[in-house]
Amino acid sequence: MAMYSTNEFKSGLKILLDGDPYAIVENEFVKPGKGQAFNRVKMRNLKTGRVLDKTFKSGESVEAADVMDTDMQYLYADGEFWHFMMPESFEQYAANEAAVIDAMKWLKEQDMCTVTLWNNVPLSVSPPNFVELKITQCDPGIRGDTATGGTKPATLETGAVVKVPLFVNEGDVIRVDTRTGDYVSRA
Amino acid sequence: MLHRRADLLRSIRHFFHERGVLEVETPCLSRAGATDPAIESLTVTLPEASFWLHTSPEFPMKRLLAAGSGDIYQIARVFRAGEAGRFHNPEFTLLEWYRVGFDHHRLMTEVDDLVRGLAGDRLSRPAVRLSYQQALMDHAGIDPLHADVEALARRARALGLDVQGELDRDGWLDLLMSLVVAPALPADGLTFIHDYPASQAALARICPDNPAVAERFELYWGGVELANGFHELGDGVEQGVRFEADNHRRRAAGQAAVAVDHHLLAALAQGLPDCAGVALGVDRLLMCLSGCDHIRQVLAFDWERA
Repeated sequence: MAMYSTNEFKSGLKILLDGDPYAIVENEFVKPGKGQAFNRVKMRNLKTGRVLDKTFKSGESVEAADVMDTDMQYLYADGEFWHFMMPESFEQYAANEAAVIDAMKWLKEQDMCTVTLWNNVPLSVSPPNFVELKITQCDPGIRGDTATGGTKPATLETGAVVKVPLFVNEGDVIRVDTRTGDYVSRA
Repeated sequence: MLHRRADLLRSIRHFFHERGVLEVETPCLSRAGATDPAIESLTVTLPEASFWLHTSPEFPMKRLLAAGSGDIYQIARVFRAGEAGRFHNPEFTLLEWYRVGFDHHRLMTEVDDLVRGLAGDRLSRPAVRLSYQQALMDHAGIDPLHADVEALARRARALGLDVQGELDRDGWLDLLMSLVVAPALPADGLTFIHDYPASQAALARICPDNPAVAERFELYWGGVELANGFHELGDGVEQGVRFEADNHRRRAAGQAAVAVDHHLLAALAQGLPDCAGVALGVDRLLMCLSGCDHIRQVLAFDWERA
């Protein structure tokens, strides 16, 4: 089992603490001239997303977390699991709801996603930054309606609801930034 | 920044020249090293033996003092393994000086004169002197001379510090000092923390009126530790005992023992004049003087690019 000593700590390093995988966000070395050295570490729990402050006695070692980001194609959902495939090996992985919770409303079959594997099991899924999705339901725009800021809600084929300009119609395919949930353009 | 560094070095040399303190140079590479378990030396292997790169020029400078050099200073490049970060570079510049007949309080006044003279209006308030005990009571709410390990650990946790790894009593004190007290010190002023617990005496004398503390001080500019000074221990026998105790602790912690400097012990046995000495980090001083927040900003080439 791989271990990291505190002197190998740097942002991005994945470590295991109390059974949970963490990514180091920030690491600061603190040491009095004549005394014990410490590493003050900000780290993100990769399961919950919570950021934690922890102080390590310098020289301590922690277990490395076997965490890897991989590009995979989204295949389908079977009601319980979301299935992804490695494009070269055709190896398939099933992600549970907790892993796809943030991504599910953007997932369209065939799209490439980033799947974070921990011990070879999907830990989280990130959708592509931009997706192109079809509008399945939205009201026709009413010209001159400025009370809504010139936008209206539109439901997309994946179930996501985004604000779109009034000139966009049901059946159009639009481009959306998944990081903000904002409409970008008509595709 | 190259010019600022050159100006700073020139000003320091001017300061000591005016005061009649002699500039000296001593070996970087020695057959003996620093035994302090908190400091790891770099070693250089030569055909005849392994040598240690100095972590400060303290030992040979004390040999000069014992030989009758009088007041001396040195601007030295020193080396400490594994110390790299915002305020640390494994190779750095240390200003170290010794004043015969001074105690640690008189030396604090001189350190204040030097730094204040360099800082001009960057320091808007007069320096504060605070005992170590008072500093921890005021800022961390605990008495460092009487609290036991459990009480210190509880206090640290109550202050929101979540620590990974076993610490001894001095480890907890270092934690509270570095992460609680130092950040709370006034940003625009100098603070001298003095009279450290006897367990952290290093090479300082134990206070004759209070054996619980040592005549050691540290200078902070805001929360940045700039200097460490001692009313120097002149007792060669006690120094030898402390070196052996250091090596004992090193071996217990799985660290390599370091050859004890017998030249120094012999010099102390001959008689070190009553003196006080201090080591000041020149790179950190330059950071404070120029408002930099990473040591790499004041170095021509930092460790990553060395």
